Amino acid sequence: MSAQSQHTHTNSCHEVLAHLNDYIDGELAPELCEALEAHLEVCEDCRVVFDTLNKTLYLVHQLRNTSPQLPETVEYRLFAVLNLEQFVPKKPE
Amino acid sequence: MTGIEIDLDIYPDEASLLEALKRGEPEACACLVKQYAPRVYAIAIRMLNDPDDAEEVLQETFISACKNIHKFEGRSALGTWLHRIATNAALMHLRKRKHREVSLDEPIEMAGGEDIYREVEDGSLAPDDHAMNSEVRDMLEKAIAQLPETLRAVFILREIEGYSTEETANILGISVSATKVRLHRARLRLRELLAPYLA
Repeated sequence: MSAQSQHTHTNSCHEVLAHLNDYIDGELAPELCEALEAHLEVCEDCRVVFDTLNKTLYLVHQLRNTSPQLPETVEYRLFAVLNLEQFVPKKPE
Repeated sequence: MTGIEIDLDIYPDEASLLEALKRGEPEACACLVKQYAPRVYAIAIRMLNDPDDAEEVLQETFISACKNIHKFEGRSALGTWLHRIATNAALMHLRKRKHREVSLDEPIEMAGGEDIYREVEDGSLAPDDHAMNSEVRDMLEKAIAQLPETLRAVFILREIEGYSTEETANILGISVSATKVRLHRARLRLRELLAPYLA
């Protein structure tokens, strides 16, 4: 077993995980940022968590550009249920 | 914008739209729906992962909004108010669903003692563009759907809809600190779910 896989979560690792969100959101105090960054330099486990969390959020943010489309039929039924049929175009005879 | 065509320029700003809504002008209601329904539907479908339930939430949201528009005091943006109604309606649906949920993995026992398995319809989402690889998008949507409902609501509003922590707390009617805790858990949970694909 490598030294890396034997890594146990120390208090420092727990602190890093607890502060990770604030760090990612840019809301962590500067002195805590420095301590966190110093820890990430030496702790591969925490660095993996940090990297994969960043990748996860990067991918999730891409979903902002791919919103589920409102189907036309759903829109038509919504207008009907709100008694707004006058705005729904008539189907050609 | 596709579908029904509505002239959104009739009301140049939110204040004039609001006044017209309070006067009960049907054109204002049509504008409200045209402008906000796509995003409300997007929230509902991501929260519920089911097009039929999402449509119900969409209809409930706008029926409730039109009925209660006189109660809207303008302390938040109209969109935020609608998203609050939609999120609460979606959470109600999820709670109701919990009561009637039957495991999809359980076979249905037939009279002759034969077991048959349910065929599950793919409720995948229709994207409005193909910028993101559809496989990655499906994987993400499925992982988000696996988050517990309270974490999912915070996560969708904060990370996908782009609301701030304060706005998310306001929409859900919870404290900022509770929002932060839920967001933290949701992010780490999602990371765990996606970890095999991110290595």
